[in-house]
Amino acid sequence: MNEMNPSVEPGPATNAVPDAVAVERTLAGDRDAYRVLVVRHSQNVYRLAYRMAGNSHDAEEIVQEAFLRAYQKLKQFAGQANFGTWVYRIAANYAIDRLRQRKADDSRREQPARDSEDGSELDPLAHISDAGPSPERLARSSQLARRMEQALQELTPAERTAIVMRHWDGCGIEEIAATLKSSTTAAKNTVFRAVQKLRIALEPFADGRRTAKAMGME
Amino acid sequence: MSHPKEEELIAFRDGDQTNRERVQQHLRACAECRAALEKIEAVFAAMDAMPVPDPGENYGQRVWAQISSRLPERQPSWWESFFAPRRLVAIGAFATIAIAAFLAGRYWHAKPGTGEGGKIDTAQVRERILVVAVGDHLSKSEMFLVELSNAQPNSSSGKLVNISAQQKRAENLLDENRLYRQTALQEGDQVMASTLDELERVLLDIANSPEEVSPARFESMQQRLASRGILFKVRVIRQGLHDRANPAKQPPAQKPTQQNISKSNAQEGHRA
Repeated sequence: MNEMNPSVEPGPATNAVPDAVAVERTLAGDRDAYRVLVVRHSQNVYRLAYRMAGNSHDAEEIVQEAFLRAYQKLKQFAGQANFGTWVYRIAANYAIDRLRQRKADDSRREQPARDSEDGSELDPLAHISDAGPSPERLARSSQLARRMEQALQELTPAERTAIVMRHWDGCGIEEIAATLKSSTTAAKNTVFRAVQKLRIALEPFADGRRTAKAMGME
Repeated sequence: MSHPKEEELIAFRDGDQTNRERVQQHLRACAECRAALEKIEAVFAAMDAMPVPDPGENYGQRVWAQISSRLPERQPSWWESFFAPRRLVAIGAFATIAIAAFLAGRYWHAKPGTGEGGKIDTAQVRERILVVAVGDHLSKSEMFLVELSNAQPNSSSGKLVNISAQQKRAENLLDENRLYRQTALQEGDQVMASTLDELERVLLDIANSPEEVSPARFESMQQRLASRGILFKVRVIRQGLHDRANPAKQPPAQKPTQQNISKSNAQEGHRA
């Protein structure tokens, strides 16, 4: 007489199916198998999308579109990397396209206003680099977060993608280069430019408490 | 020593090993560059402080609900269907039959005086091999059904019963079952086709269940198995096939009939 093993951790049955099997079943026409992949990887893709977009509404649209595109391109996936990495990159690419589109739309809208300002050139960072309250008081304030978000918005889509992937998600330069469709040197320079711009934008809030640690002096 | 460029400081902070020793030595000696590094550090500290709102525990399910109706139907191409692992098992089984039939044909051809005028009746050979193959399939199915019927989930613990291994076996048996059922229909063996059809429904029922079921649901699956009497139908058919395959050791061959199966079902019902 045999006894069946109760699951160790009662929970969603989706946890038991490896990504590769779910992909194979999806390709074989089992649409519900794709649900396993969506449920498993949505949170991670959402974090990227939110940092790229800066708001929940856009982030959710990016997540949905990324999974729709991944489904359509699933044959191309063919086990080349793990599915999570692959859909993450699709989301990053789509987010860049959206950011570029938005930048283009914004610049078209702003053009008439700029023309009426006697030709004076607007410094995108000028409005956030004024002196404010002391860094100590603002170090963790919502004002700092707002300025940071503003500064991130000012980055080019490629710069924002590069810094999000590098800093928050710990992606390698090669992966960033693949997403940006550029060389590794160009990708590295994009990360540098992003940090430089953010550094200038946040100059008034500079807090160097971590410097010694970063230098290995502590 | 010249001051490192900002790019070098950023790379240093990023853990880049290029010129690391040189930059580190310089930073120990140069307050100006330490201040520059502090500003870079502040950027990353500010980024770390930016929260990402939690979309909720069921976010993945919500995404699925939003996109599932927008997913286009995916028709697997013929070669994807052909090379699907489960299908390969069935194809393998049929290939074995075909090879066996070929070899048997050659063997019988080589023996003069076999059959009428030394000619082999290929229909008989094919039937004989099918009988063996279907018998093997029914043996596997019977063993599977017996194990499933006798399994005793620990209902007192209240934990879910994982039946994924049983589902996998049911899926493997399903493809073979379909092919044999179609063959039985083509051969005009209605009793065999009908039993295989019932077996297919049972296997489908198991394959399409959730991977984890409550003990109560598992017991209800076992009850459905018993009420259908499928185990006895499979046994009767398999025994009939066994008799056909080994006529010398058995009383005169007795092809299973619907009456036999009905009789067995009645006996099973009586016992229950």
